[in-house]
Amino acid sequence: MSILEKHGAIERNLSLLFVFSLIVVLIGGLIEIVPLFYLKNTIEKVEGMRPYTPLELAGRNIYVREGCYTCHSQMIRPFRDEVERYGHYSLAAESMYDHPFQWGSKRTGPDLARVGGRYSDDWHVDHLKNPQSVVPESIMPSYSFLAATKLNTSDIKDHLKANRLVGVPYSDDMIDNAVADMQAQADPDSDDVDAMQSRYANAASRYFDGNKAELTEMDALVAYMQMLGTLVDFSLYNAEDNLR
Amino acid sequence: MKNGFEAAIVGIAAFIALMGAAFSRDALFQAHAWVLFFVLVVSTILLVRRVKFVSDGDSATDDTSGYMDGVVRYGVIATIFWGLAGFLVGVLIASQMAWPVLNIEPWFNFGRLRPLHTSAVIFAFGGNALIATSFYVVQRTSSARLFGGNLAWFVFWGYQLFIVMAATGYLLGITQSKEYAEPEWYVDIWLTIVWVAYLVVFAGTLVKRKEPHIYVANWFYLSFIITVAMLHLVNNAAIPVSFLGVKSYSLFSGVQDALTQWWYGHNAVGFFLTAGFLGMMYYFVPKQVNRPVYSYRLSIVHFWGLIFLYIWAGPHHLHYTALPDWAQTLGMVFSIMLWMPSWGGMINGLMTLSGAWDKLRTDPIVRMMVISIAFYGMSTFEGPVMSIKSVNALSHYTDWTIGHVHSGALGWNGMVSFAAIYYLVPKLWNRERLYSLRLVNWHVWLATLGIVVYASVMWVAGITQGLMWREYDDQGFLVNSFVETVSAIHILYVMRTFGGLLYLSGALLMAYNVYRTIRGDIRKEAPMGAPAALSPAE
Repeated sequence: MSILEKHGAIERNLSLLFVFSLIVVLIGGLIEIVPLFYLKNTIEKVEGMRPYTPLELAGRNIYVREGCYTCHSQMIRPFRDEVERYGHYSLAAESMYDHPFQWGSKRTGPDLARVGGRYSDDWHVDHLKNPQSVVPESIMPSYSFLAATKLNTSDIKDHLKANRLVGVPYSDDMIDNAVADMQAQADPDSDDVDAMQSRYANAASRYFDGNKAELTEMDALVAYMQMLGTLVDFSLYNAEDNLR
Repeated sequence: MKNGFEAAIVGIAAFIALMGAAFSRDALFQAHAWVLFFVLVVSTILLVRRVKFVSDGDSATDDTSGYMDGVVRYGVIATIFWGLAGFLVGVLIASQMAWPVLNIEPWFNFGRLRPLHTSAVIFAFGGNALIATSFYVVQRTSSARLFGGNLAWFVFWGYQLFIVMAATGYLLGITQSKEYAEPEWYVDIWLTIVWVAYLVVFAGTLVKRKEPHIYVANWFYLSFIITVAMLHLVNNAAIPVSFLGVKSYSLFSGVQDALTQWWYGHNAVGFFLTAGFLGMMYYFVPKQVNRPVYSYRLSIVHFWGLIFLYIWAGPHHLHYTALPDWAQTLGMVFSIMLWMPSWGGMINGLMTLSGAWDKLRTDPIVRMMVISIAFYGMSTFEGPVMSIKSVNALSHYTDWTIGHVHSGALGWNGMVSFAAIYYLVPKLWNRERLYSLRLVNWHVWLATLGIVVYASVMWVAGITQGLMWREYDDQGFLVNSFVETVSAIHILYVMRTFGGLLYLSGALLMAYNVYRTIRGDIRKEAPMGAPAALSPAE
């Protein structure tokens, strides 16, 4: 066991112990993580992905703030029961603009990757205000304060800019009109709706919280939930081409 | 005024916090800056008045020539305090899952309390236990006083400030949503500063050691400090929206972000909760049983094996997700290999008792250590099993994972920390012995029973969920709606809360025992294992 006898040198020299430990703990991460940034087949080729609208992004930030990910996943695995229960299995491409990702790790409640369009806006509002009113056995907490909290629109431009810095393709046009787009999406009677939809394909514009008078956090969260998993056009998706 | 310089620095920091509140870009940053301001103002007053929170007992070890133990005494008290806080929040959120009416929106909803619980037990309880014991162990095994003078105090108080800012942030809704890395960018920067100071104190003490060899416990502590620094810096890389706002956006997105997070998340387990605590085991177990470490060779092999293999295991948190298959398979293979070096540590710990197994009968602290190592072995076997893809297909997203984590955290981390505390308190406060060994014994069994209830109930809950989600009837329809799987495990959530209560009550006994020990009380009680001693000679 001569090699073990040589270990004494490391035990007597702090610099050696430090450097060897650092090298040994660097290897695994380098080999596993770095290729994900340059292997082209890591993210599937899909049609339909676009950045979040300002309102959806604000809703997503509320989703993050309230820790929804502690109980809800956004990652459907390719199993018969999950695909039947939740819809097409999730693709890497569907979270390519998610900083950070919201895949989650626990399903105390159901997966939300494709919850968009499954329920009405009213159902979501009722459910968020009082989950037990629509699902009596639910153990979800109430989020009624969202409907009473005005949405902060003042710094949404900065949020889009920060997202652009980390790689989300927001154009100058999108950033300049962020506040207008945010308001137009929650106000279908507004003149700015067409302009908003020209920047964000298929973005819905509705009174998400049913309250025409005010733009609330409930508007933003419901707008976000209602678009989850709806962007990719699966009629154009070729699963075989994207085997990894 | 002895603390004049420190008080001035903290006072200026308080003023800067006030300016932060005044010019904040969003309401949450403003609220958080106010919290920081009040904490720093109170700290300034305490510094000026030279308040001492922890008595030195009759200890004479804290003079300038000997070891620096004042900071270790504070660390032990902080460990107990945060442990109780973390366990209490754990019992609360367990109750919320059984009785959702206990959620109080918005600050005390489950989604905000859950990170409070995980951070409180991992970073506040575990982190303080690691910092305190590492400061104690590195001085004894190096025959040297802590390097850097008051820098060790900066590490201690800086770390407490990190905990307070992280915890209040969660309740306010300030989070990055990366599990076990929830604090936002400015708290992350603060932790980085504190952590570098910690590395300087620890490594500096090793540099000026008087022993030729660096003791094995210190290899583990050092690799834990280095690796946590690396993980923290990479996983928290983010662009803040503004200089005076809470929100930041992760540098990575989607699949890359997911793997970076679980590379971090799994090695928070691997290095924070395993390597660091193995350092604890390698000092306190040999000391308590008065035997040398079982095998020097095994410690070399399993140290390098453990730190090399652990880093690869992250992808097993992402089985069957949109992470490419090659990365999932790599993660699974390395997770299974990891079983061996993990058990290397368990064998080395347990076999250190060779020739001293009789102490199990007479010394409840040894009992606690053995139970701790047994749980370490159990959960490092369960982990590789759960990382097998076909097992994970059932267990992922269920409460099985929660049970697994708790058998490791409550069984291994909790018990070995309690044992270290029981070892340290009489020495640090210069007491003849603990107030009561029988109370320690009560703690051992309350905690063990609590974990056994918790883990087995979560196995049943997790497997129930997994099987009900995938259950089909003869016609090929899904049998259960999601909410039916929620109501099916209600009773198990109630029982889990009971398990947590048992564990919490054990920790309360420890707090009482430590309090009486520090006061210098000794309970009159029959020694443990007495009947055997009274049996007639043969």
